[in-house]
Amino acid sequence: MAIIEVRGLRKAYGEKRAVDGLSFDVQEGEIFGILGPNGAGKTTTVECVEGLRRPDGGSVRVAGYDPVADRDAVTRVLGAQLQESELQPKITVREALELYAACYPNPADWRALAERLGLADKLRTRFAKLSGGQKQRLSIALALVGNPGIVVLDELTTGLDPRARRETWRLIQDIRDSGVTVLLVTHFMEEAQRLCDRAALIDKGRIIALDTPSGLIGRTAGGTAISFVPSAPLETRLLADLPSVTSVRHEDGRIVVNGTDETVHAVLSLLAGLGLSAHQLRVTEATLDDAYLDLTTGPDA
Amino acid sequence: MSTPLHRRTTAVKGSGVAVLKAEARLILREPASLFWVLAFPTILLCILGAIPSNREQEADLGGLRVVDLYVPVAILIAVLMAGLQALPPVLTGYRERGILRRMSSTPVRAGSLVGAQIALHGTAIAVSALLALAVGRIVFDVALPRQLFGYLVALALVTLAALGLGAAVSAVCRTTKITQAVGSAVFFPAMFASGVWLPVASMPDILQRVVTLTPLGAAARALDQAAAGQWPGWTHLGVTALWAVLLIAAARRWFRWE
Repeated sequence: MAIIEVRGLRKAYGEKRAVDGLSFDVQEGEIFGILGPNGAGKTTTVECVEGLRRPDGGSVRVAGYDPVADRDAVTRVLGAQLQESELQPKITVREALELYAACYPNPADWRALAERLGLADKLRTRFAKLSGGQKQRLSIALALVGNPGIVVLDELTTGLDPRARRETWRLIQDIRDSGVTVLLVTHFMEEAQRLCDRAALIDKGRIIALDTPSGLIGRTAGGTAISFVPSAPLETRLLADLPSVTSVRHEDGRIVVNGTDETVHAVLSLLAGLGLSAHQLRVTEATLDDAYLDLTTGPDA
Repeated sequence: MSTPLHRRTTAVKGSGVAVLKAEARLILREPASLFWVLAFPTILLCILGAIPSNREQEADLGGLRVVDLYVPVAILIAVLMAGLQALPPVLTGYRERGILRRMSSTPVRAGSLVGAQIALHGTAIAVSALLALAVGRIVFDVALPRQLFGYLVALALVTLAALGLGAAVSAVCRTTKITQAVGSAVFFPAMFASGVWLPVASMPDILQRVVTLTPLGAAARALDQAAAGQWPGWTHLGVTALWAVLLIAAARRWFRWE
């Protein structure tokens, strides 16, 4: 069942069309990613979902409610972590959690939440004294403290170190496993690849692809790359004739073959048949990064 | 507009109190604001009262002493400190840092934060006024206002006008720095109008007429009259009330939540 429905969403700031006819559905219980370059319209899109902005056109439904007309109902089912929003500098972690818990009719246990987010020993620390990672974790805690069915996380891991980022990813998976639908805005492809069940790739206010991460990767040419140094010279034409091969090239004395999973087996069989061995064999999958670069620059370039 | 099913749900029980409690704790963590609003007016009253000549009755003040006139002035200083120095940077800062925006994505909404701050600054003014009246009475033997109800009405109106002015300043200023600058620029003329340098009652006639067209000057006269036992002049109450209405309307009209 779609818990968020966006149809033909449009929003302009003056002359600039930030969002230009977006449509997508988010299914209940999934992690749905909104990906795209800076200024693509990601934040505007989720702000329309959160009810913080009034769309110029199109419709948005969150659990059946209109975020503008039924603002109050939407704030009760949707928890938001906003990009670049702070708290009162002198409020302590504990006070912030208590305050935001009191804002909701059926709040979660804020102590358990603080424990889960590693904030239990920071309860008496003021917001201004928290590190970037701690501020982000507090902001996730506040997005969850109302026991929402949907949580929107905007550029959640920007500015976090790799360890904190990985911890945050685990946390998001936990959130989803507890039945919460997650709408995740990011420009980190690794993050999207790890977390998202499906993702919409947005560029210049439009969706250019919407698929599972592996589906998006599959759209790029040369999904799998096989590279090796043959034990004896090898004619590249033999490789190029193999099934599903998209390209063969020499790179730093290595042969690089682009293709699919099928290609890997074919290359190895060919080498075995010729009595050659492959030194320093590497098989690499294309990543969402590759797909992203292909798809966002593809049509215009 | 696109959905006929407009549901109006009731407010979350206890949320307003929680916001007020949290903001009250925060205001108690601002020592500078507390000093200027709560302590400074009474300290100034004590300094002026310590000067012997200020405790002598003067014929051209209608037999009053300078220190008698300075109790309402001290109260008006508290009103200005809270309304123009303390409140506007808090409101602008809350907007600038996205604190209002964050709150507006909860069922409670941003208005409750702004409302709590205004209410708490109003409370601080009331506490400061009580302190000035008590110290004036106990230390300098200044009579308590003889027309108490009139005094309270005038004080309530000027408090609304000053908080409205502060909210209006925050509404039109983009950043905290500009807010502080504009707040201070308005603060000094307002201090003059409330009679800090020269009590409004002792101002030359023409100056007094001009000054009593401002909310502070009008309130100063109204407080003087109520202190002396008369019902404050309706013109003075009317001028203060009109300013309060206009300033609150301006703040509501122009205040930006983000």
